Amino acid sequence: MTEPTIFEMSSPGRRGVKMPVSDVPEVALPKGFERQELHFPEISELEAVRHFTRLSQLNHAIDTGFYPLGSCTMKYNPKINEVTTRLSGFANTHPLQPEDTVQGNLYLMYQLQEMLAEIGGFAGTTLQPAAGAHGELVGALMIHAYHKDRGEHQRVRMLIPDSAHGTNPATSAMVGFDIVPLATDARGNVDLGHLKSLVDDRLAGLMLTNPNTLGLFDENVEEVIKIVHDAGGLVYGDGANMNAILGVTQPGKIGFDILHYNLHKTFSTPHGGGGPGSGPVVVAERLLDFLPDPVVGIIEEGDDENPPLYGLVTPAKTIGRIKAFHGHFGIHVRAFTYISMLGAIGLRNAAEKAVLNANYMQEKLKGTYTLPYDRSCMHEFVLEGFWDDVPGIQALDIAKRLIDYGIHPPTNYFPLIVKEALMIEPTETENLETLDRFVEVMLKIAEEARTQPELLKNAPHNAPIKRADELKAAKELILCCYPSEEM
Amino acid sequence: MFTPHTQKDVEVMLKSLGIERIEDLFSEIPEKFRYPKLDLPDQLTEMEILSNLDSIASANGSTKELLSFLGAGAYDHYIPAAVDNLLQRGEWYTAYTPYQPEVSQGTLQAIFEFQSLICQLTGMAVCNASHYDGATAAAEAAILADSHFRGKRNKFLVSRAVNPQYRAVMRSYFRPHDDIQILGDDQETGINADMAKLIELIDKDTALVLVQYPDFFGRVIDYKPLIEAAHAHGALVAVATNPTALGILTPPGELGADIVIGEGQPLGIPLSYGGPYLGYFAVTEELLRKIAGRLVGQTTDIDGNLAYVLTLTAREQHIRRGKATSNICSNQGLMTLAATIYMTVLGKEGFKEVANLCYQKAHFAADQLSQVDGYQLAFPEIPFFHEFVVKSERPIDEVLEWLRDHDILGGYDLSQDYPELENHLMLAVTEKISREDIEFLTAVLEEEYHD
Repeated sequence: MTEPTIFEMSSPGRRGVKMPVSDVPEVALPKGFERQELHFPEISELEAVRHFTRLSQLNHAIDTGFYPLGSCTMKYNPKINEVTTRLSGFANTHPLQPEDTVQGNLYLMYQLQEMLAEIGGFAGTTLQPAAGAHGELVGALMIHAYHKDRGEHQRVRMLIPDSAHGTNPATSAMVGFDIVPLATDARGNVDLGHLKSLVDDRLAGLMLTNPNTLGLFDENVEEVIKIVHDAGGLVYGDGANMNAILGVTQPGKIGFDILHYNLHKTFSTPHGGGGPGSGPVVVAERLLDFLPDPVVGIIEEGDDENPPLYGLVTPAKTIGRIKAFHGHFGIHVRAFTYISMLGAIGLRNAAEKAVLNANYMQEKLKGTYTLPYDRSCMHEFVLEGFWDDVPGIQALDIAKRLIDYGIHPPTNYFPLIVKEALMIEPTETENLETLDRFVEVMLKIAEEARTQPELLKNAPHNAPIKRADELKAAKELILCCYPSEEM
Repeated sequence: MFTPHTQKDVEVMLKSLGIERIEDLFSEIPEKFRYPKLDLPDQLTEMEILSNLDSIASANGSTKELLSFLGAGAYDHYIPAAVDNLLQRGEWYTAYTPYQPEVSQGTLQAIFEFQSLICQLTGMAVCNASHYDGATAAAEAAILADSHFRGKRNKFLVSRAVNPQYRAVMRSYFRPHDDIQILGDDQETGINADMAKLIELIDKDTALVLVQYPDFFGRVIDYKPLIEAAHAHGALVAVATNPTALGILTPPGELGADIVIGEGQPLGIPLSYGGPYLGYFAVTEELLRKIAGRLVGQTTDIDGNLAYVLTLTAREQHIRRGKATSNICSNQGLMTLAATIYMTVLGKEGFKEVANLCYQKAHFAADQLSQVDGYQLAFPEIPFFHEFVVKSERPIDEVLEWLRDHDILGGYDLSQDYPELENHLMLAVTEKISREDIEFLTAVLEEEYHD
């Protein structure tokens, strides 16, 4: 492949979409501010359409093949989501319209707030965060504000398990917490002894992903939470892995104080090639007053004849606004669509099938690949991508070889506590034939590693490109094309 | 829904696991918390949910039915058909972050083209793969400046004429940091276009000065004196921009800005009640390694063919964890694609046409409105782009209500954010507004005056 850039395709004088001629008298542009040159491409609409169509065909996507990317929940994205979010009443409303002209939007957001609180077992919701990491920031800001409000300024330590996503420490650092790493025990749970040794009156909280990034449900979660609470800390739940426990258990009931969802993962709102995500945060009763400004509330109760009047309200001790307008509303519509179609029964079914699929594959693969934590898993599992008797083959080679079989590689080299990690998450929307084929391919690759290792080392062989030179990219740093020189 | 398992499949799978029931896989969850009864509405089929949502959406009054002069950070532009049509290809929207470049060249090249277009538009050297929106991009600019000076400069000056929501978000991001001062947007410093009072506040402790271009009121202000003053004190300058305006206005890169951010919604993204949009973020060559978020770079594969990859990832949270430049872990992928397609299909001439139409129509509207009894332009001497402020003799809520009765969304009541601007209404005019629409607006206002 080599698809030219849109700048290289440009030819002076060629036009795409035209605008109507002006129907008002012409006035001069402001003096001294007139732009001299705008080097935008000049191409026909057909060329542009072909260009972006051809580019799309260079992507692997859920719609084209199996995508067992651990931690990302690459489940089917129902087409209806794309229809509902584009309904004119949603897509064409301005975020600053008077509230009485957007009662449909506010109703939907209110209902989604309620649904997300109920699914997680919490008291309230903010839909404002734009992504999971943004939700973490909201959570960490609320933890900070909560302790400050109680006069406990000395609570500056945030505990973060060594298996956590990088966003957890990065978020804590943004808020100014001291990051304290917390060890994982031999069964993949939080190391209770280590935890006990770390808690004192400087404890702000714990950021816990449960199920964790090993795909394991912490067997001592109640005790972990109790230790943190007894020391005056709050427990933040990273909801990246909520897909495993929808309708099966509610983190808020277990004792988590705050949790973020990833609507693009758990509620299939799609991933969009890297975003937009959406990271609503749900909280326990004692944190309701700290939610970002504003949330959707009922301004006037309804009666038999009139529906309630919904509006934007400011929580009493709010941490403030953390995003313009109301969050990713277009994503909220998709999540609302999805949750409405599943209901309580469907959510539980999704979690159960996701966990069944993962365990089935784990069972079939664990003899050939090392399974460092040999327990039944949740919705994903982590294998080691190397063998002592096959020197030179790494997780990366296995990952790249999967591409030759039309399968997207699993997440690799994460979590950091597993050597050469391959993190595999099938999701509930894949059928048994797909799982069997994946297992078959993984077993074949293990065999190839021994018989024809160069097949792995040089993989992929039939992708749009061979392995890319990442060192060269970082050294030469060509981050944009310079159209003025090329044109 | 959406699970393909037959009863037989489940039996086969359970048998291979040596268990009787799926529930056995969840035995590690404390029993008292297992299988709660969730209070959710009963599940609906596709046909039913579409019908429900159709009526919920219809409960709104959209800009299709109402004549809208609302802007204040989100603008109702025409979106060429090709944009959304291409966006709906599953290869785009059901892919994820392009961590595996061999199977993500489409997304990577599209981001590379986005970066190139934004660099061109803003006159900057480097642009990342986007932030969540204009407001969070503004907050990230402050974070960048903080880390650039390693926390040694603690003053962040923000013009009062910067979008109030951007300022609010910036304050929320920094609320825990008592040592950092966000100043310059108080009523005392004011909104004078000469910027003199803001310039006076710049000193050796100033890390960043943030201004908006055109500013929140639509005004086009010459920031050269301010940028020179900031640079004389070694401070960085960030300029929040409207991308459409840059089709006809001198780009901030040419004025000396160090950071240019902006709300990308006008670039082919529907209003969608406020999101998802995108925040673009561009910097000078010098700040390249300080930029947060994803960056796509050009390289070759081992056969020497052109290829694109995510690069300089060592700045990011998944590698540097607590020492990362930001916790951002996504970008507005699909929205950057919309913007890229939008800028491409309009192209050099089409993009300028949009900007010019907005400018011309806004000026016609301003001229017409200023002739209505009881209305005058608030800043008659200052150039503006496609948004302007009028002062009314009547309270704005009454004006807006009157307009609403005629199916017009009249604009933004500035007194909600600016107590000093009581009775001031801000109107935005895009290329979608016709001369007839403007004449209807003024006719309705005339009628109100004489009512």
